[in-house]
Amino acid sequence: MEKFDFIEMKVPAKPEYVGVIRLSISGIANRMGFSYEDIEDLKVAISEAITNAVTHAYHENDEGEVTVGFAVYENRLEVMVADHGGSFNLNEIKDGIGPYKDTESVENLREGGFGLFLINTLMDKVQINNNYGVIILMTKYLNETEVDLDDDQISTTQ
Amino acid sequence: MNLVIDVVEENNKSVVNLSGEIDAYTAPNLKESLLPLTQKEGNAVEVDLGNVNYMDSTGLGVFISALKSTKENDSKLKLVNIQDRVLRLFKITGLDEIMDLNSTIRGVTE
Repeated sequence: MEKFDFIEMKVPAKPEYVGVIRLSISGIANRMGFSYEDIEDLKVAISEAITNAVTHAYHENDEGEVTVGFAVYENRLEVMVADHGGSFNLNEIKDGIGPYKDTESVENLREGGFGLFLINTLMDKVQINNNYGVIILMTKYLNETEVDLDDDQISTTQ
Repeated sequence: MNLVIDVVEENNKSVVNLSGEIDAYTAPNLKESLLPLTQKEGNAVEVDLGNVNYMDSTGLGVFISALKSTKENDSKLKLVNIQDRVLRLFKITGLDEIMDLNSTIRGVTE
């Protein structure tokens, strides 16, 4: 089995902790040798995932927690964000994402919903499990040219 | 991990200087400060993002609400001095085509 270091954090499902996790991933990614640009991408992606968990899962209950796991491999960082609260309708969310087109009128612009779109755009690989709560698994490679060699590693975190 | 919001109001013009990070925690405060400005009929609102070093989709959401508000109240919204990393998010989402953005450095005209 491929060796990796694992770091797990649990934070209250409150917006004020999004920045704390962002600092953590910045530290881990910096330690791994990611570029400045990639670290910024990781910060946005993980913030979007946690914001989703905080706003969708717990708006009726302040007591929730979000669990974040970082699997540090030699060539990549795998990030897991899980909430075990109520789940949201994934298909509904998927329908509502994507870039804007300049033909759209301002009145119809969506004010939210690009969280998952940004995660997909900024990370190399994203998987979402919606069976029990919501788990977002996302991977960023240290060097993107290595992406296609062994593509089955996500399943190990199930 | 905070956002400082400084508003300077002149005749029919408001300049909003932001400094810090815009995320799920700070975005609600920004929305609360920004929307009343765009709700003033005929007001020109300029938001200076020169000292904003982090923003995510929660910030985009606030600016979209503000833009909608300008259409309803015949006001204007312009974002200036946007840093590259923040500008990238506007480009990825296609918002750079819809909003009045200016990423040039302070004092340099387009």
